[in-house]
Amino acid sequence: MTQLPPLSAVKLGLVIDLDTCVGCHACVVSCKGWNTENYGAPLSDQDAYGANPSGTFLNRVHSYEVQPAEGHAQLVHFPKSCLHCEDAPCVTVCPTGASYKRVEDGIVLVNESDCIGCGLCAWACPYGAREMDVAEKVMKKCTLCVDRIYNDNLPEEDRVPACVRTCPAGARHFGDLGDPESDVSQLVAERGGFDLMPEQGTKPVNKYLPPRPRDRSEDVDILAPYLAPVTDQPKGFVGWLDKALSALPGGK
Amino acid sequence: MTYSQPQIDLSPAVSDEVRQTTCYMCACRCGINVHLKDGPDGKKRVAYIEGNRDHPVNKGVLCAKGSAGIMQINAPSRLKAPLKRTGPRGSGQFEEISWDEALELATNWLKPLRETAPEKLAFFTGRDQSQSFTSLWAQAYGTPNYAAHGGFCSVNMAAAGIYTMGGAFWEFGQPDWDHTKMFVLFGVAEDHDSNPIKMGIGKIKARGAKVVGINPIRTGYNAVADDWYGITPGTDGLLILSLIHLLFKAGKLDLTYLARFTNAACLVNEDPKSPQHGLLLRDEDGKPLVIDRNTGKPAPWDAQGIEPDLATTWRHKGVTHRPVLHLMADRYLSEDYAPEKVATRTGIPAARIRQLASEIARTAFDEVITLDRPWTDFRGHRHETMTGRPVSFHAMRGISAHSNGFQTARALHTLQIILGAVETPGGMRFKPPYPKPATAHPKPHCKVTPGQPLNGPHLGYPQGPEDLCLTEDGKPARIDKAFSWENPLSAHGMMHMVISNAHAGDPYKIDTLFLYMANMSWNSSMNTEGTMKMLTDMDDNGDYVIPRIIYSDAYSSEMVAYADLILPDTTYLERHDCISLLDRPICEADAVADAIRWPVIEPDRDVRGFQSVLCDLGHRLGLPGFVGDDSGAKYKDYADYITNHIRRPGIGPLAGWRMGETGLQDGRGSANEGQLDSYIANGGFWMSHVPDEAAYYKPFNSAYQDWAVKMGFYDSPQPYVFQLYAEPLRRFQLAAEGEGSHQPPDYLRPRIMALMDPLPIWYAPMIDGEKDPAEYPIHALTQRPMAMYHSWGSQNAWLRQLHGHNPLYVPTKIWEENRFKEGDWARVTSPHGSITVPVAHMAALNENTVWTWNAIGKRKGAWALDDKAPEATKGFLLNHLIHELMPPREDGMRWSNSDPITGQAAWFDLRVKIERSAAPTESQPAFPPIKAPVAKGPSTLAWKVGK
Repeated sequence: MTQLPPLSAVKLGLVIDLDTCVGCHACVVSCKGWNTENYGAPLSDQDAYGANPSGTFLNRVHSYEVQPAEGHAQLVHFPKSCLHCEDAPCVTVCPTGASYKRVEDGIVLVNESDCIGCGLCAWACPYGAREMDVAEKVMKKCTLCVDRIYNDNLPEEDRVPACVRTCPAGARHFGDLGDPESDVSQLVAERGGFDLMPEQGTKPVNKYLPPRPRDRSEDVDILAPYLAPVTDQPKGFVGWLDKALSALPGGK
Repeated sequence: MTYSQPQIDLSPAVSDEVRQTTCYMCACRCGINVHLKDGPDGKKRVAYIEGNRDHPVNKGVLCAKGSAGIMQINAPSRLKAPLKRTGPRGSGQFEEISWDEALELATNWLKPLRETAPEKLAFFTGRDQSQSFTSLWAQAYGTPNYAAHGGFCSVNMAAAGIYTMGGAFWEFGQPDWDHTKMFVLFGVAEDHDSNPIKMGIGKIKARGAKVVGINPIRTGYNAVADDWYGITPGTDGLLILSLIHLLFKAGKLDLTYLARFTNAACLVNEDPKSPQHGLLLRDEDGKPLVIDRNTGKPAPWDAQGIEPDLATTWRHKGVTHRPVLHLMADRYLSEDYAPEKVATRTGIPAARIRQLASEIARTAFDEVITLDRPWTDFRGHRHETMTGRPVSFHAMRGISAHSNGFQTARALHTLQIILGAVETPGGMRFKPPYPKPATAHPKPHCKVTPGQPLNGPHLGYPQGPEDLCLTEDGKPARIDKAFSWENPLSAHGMMHMVISNAHAGDPYKIDTLFLYMANMSWNSSMNTEGTMKMLTDMDDNGDYVIPRIIYSDAYSSEMVAYADLILPDTTYLERHDCISLLDRPICEADAVADAIRWPVIEPDRDVRGFQSVLCDLGHRLGLPGFVGDDSGAKYKDYADYITNHIRRPGIGPLAGWRMGETGLQDGRGSANEGQLDSYIANGGFWMSHVPDEAAYYKPFNSAYQDWAVKMGFYDSPQPYVFQLYAEPLRRFQLAAEGEGSHQPPDYLRPRIMALMDPLPIWYAPMIDGEKDPAEYPIHALTQRPMAMYHSWGSQNAWLRQLHGHNPLYVPTKIWEENRFKEGDWARVTSPHGSITVPVAHMAALNENTVWTWNAIGKRKGAWALDDKAPEATKGFLLNHLIHELMPPREDGMRWSNSDPITGQAAWFDLRVKIERSAAPTESQPAFPPIKAPVAKGPSTLAWKVGK
């Protein structure tokens, strides 16, 4: 069993806007690209060109249909990766100490040289956010691009997770959720950001912003005047036109 | 208690070198940073690809396809060397040959043809981004039979935009993302402007602007739309005309804008007996006239200081002439367009149509945007501010790929224009060098002289019947019958008809079919199985009906097996390209821009960029423009062409870093040997900003016109007004009514008279006849996943894990009617054929529409995939259900399954019926595997190139 560190003041994490996520998978592949080349073992793919292709991804987008009681069905795109929980069961369950939560910023990582590939952490994670790499037989998970966010070799504006940098719709935000004044905390406060499955008691750091209500009919009484006919006479349009034009530049 | 944790390297080296080029994982053309690391052999290897923050298209972001580029350049499907067919066509049996042998063979085929009958070469390119170059080559060769893939893509959108307002969406224009308050998105093809639209939606949602989606399917952008209208396919035009009806009725029209900046004040001849009936009143110089409100007298539309009058009727030589706006009022005030009348057909309740119209009206007229930016219009009026009506629209193939798509797209532009929401703040903005009206584009050319170039550019915008591409006996001059009476305004050609017409010898037989990047034996053709037969069919002598086929592709696509000679292309990171202002530019509303690709890695195979091969072939064939003064090759490769080609004085393929008298300059100038180096140093692109006072009202704005001339878009200011009334269409109607010397065949007269209306109309998709076809009650569509580009994605080990399956998505009503359950299969039947495919339930869908992902289904043996790959066993194409011809008419004739105005392939007119089926072993129809010229890929991938 592995201990969690004392609670850090800095809680780095993601805020994901479900109102804007179009489900394009840009974050999924950008993550795959960066983390194949960088931290730890590459994210491998099995049967890559075959009948059952299956690879390691640290971030996946799921899509759910929602059928409201009234009105049209909706589709919600739901990107999911490690939520860097404050009470991370994946860490406490680890028999070797390979899974750990960083003191400085709360990022949950796997020290691959100590990982025996037992898979207990993946069982313990209620979010299904960890994936065993079949080729390397070590547990892989979102690192919050720990090798980008402090990386002196990157321009400062690029020191964000690969998924955040690439998201075309701007649906992914990165920052310190431990600081109530940070942009991400403000966003969570303004938009009613929520925890994923709070009943699990894991206290996830990542937050989701809910989709805004869809298909809301506006008050027809307010809108009706905008379509009030200018005339009720069959040939009245030209008369209206004459009148309307006289009010314009050059009009008599 | 102490806590220890491992020390990790927080600042690892990211790469050894970054090279910036242009993505080609789809048609968007984003800027990318390609991170390279030195491999053990000292060769550069691609380690990581990300978006280029400075690039005008994507500003740093990158989609899934772009980030997966590393799996494309490593794909096992890449062709390795030129190939010559050794077995029967379609068998996939080839031998590798040298480039010299390949090019000699092509020369031996094409040279005699050019001397005798150049039209017997049909050269069509697919998703080509070098059309200004490939068309130049075809023109020099002398064949009239050239086009790219626009005819089966979105020509309706492009042509309607050009004829109406000098540009459409995507490459032509974009919403004013910074100011718009309501964005209305009609059916779309996702790869057209994909990252910019995602960025735009994110941006406007962040500030609380409204996004409206009008689409039968609620995925992607429509899933995040605040309001969704699940319209019935093919009825968008009817909905739009109903919106126009409501706005006319309520007087919610920008009359100032209409009077000044459109032809609403131009005067239409109302005398049915006049040979000019329906044409605009013109002065002796041929300029349309308007009534000047200052004087009450006629004046040329562009005369200095005038105020065109929308109200006054004018009698000239005894003939009444009425302003265009009156004709529009007559038509659109008709109760035929009342919401209650169109609700059933469109699938949108009348109350919701009213809601949409009133929200558009409120946003346009109550939330006016005023920018403190003085400007002067072409009539010399100075305006102190720029006023905008912040409603913006976007559409692409969704409304375009119907047989009523041209008029539908015209209707959409009409809606934009009556609101005053084009080229105004918050509305739609053009991207330089657009807008450019139809009259400023070339007309089509088709005059063949053996041994000589064609008499001009192949493609263009006819202004009337005299501009059609017909032979002296009135037959279509082109193999695809583009610009014929059947499809007069086919501005992008009709690639989807080439194989079918060539096989039928109608209008004539050809000798060589030369294709580039077009998977015509699979997902890019209607009637896929029939197309395979046409490509392999033999005549009585045992010769192929289409005698020779040359094909260039980078990958082992389904089409490879059907060619006689394969010219293997490079991947996008191994080549030069230019994304030219002469072609399909990458500009933004606030900037003109062009870009290059350059070989950021070297090919590890015996392949060559197709455009470089054309330079070589052009020289071997002795084509004018491809032979240098010393009779050597004029261009040693495409890079040489990009740098040194001069299209007209001072204008070349790239507008940046041209050589002026005093040094480097933008836009105009002579060739600069260091130009490509300057592009590379600048991140692979060039950009120059539109001056502030020229940023809006571009067609009417003197500052913009002057800047456009300076940049070389055209050689003198060419202001114009939007063509609500499209006179070229009326000229075709007049001919069909019997007027003039260019006369259509009688059987086409009624259709031309009815459909080529100069004001937008709606008619039911051609295949429906006049009413809903009872036997085939369901609409069937495809759409492209955001993470895949046509057939290309499946060869990509990462992308195919995202979209390896394509069930047929079925709405709740049809799902329940058929008692489908998860894992079921269905037989889907159209008038043309049947397929048996897996189904899945989807509720967020128009209740009479089924759909699937486009081009996920693959032929066994193609793309270096295993024969058991789900793409080949469960994947399927709807193409088998769509014929390139419509069912026979009463007179036995079969018309092309295309828009009768532009020839746009009517993919989305498809109607089907559906029934539960026993599960077959694999999707039907199934085809035997084709032998591939490449080996299968590895089982396990772990692609780390660094140490």
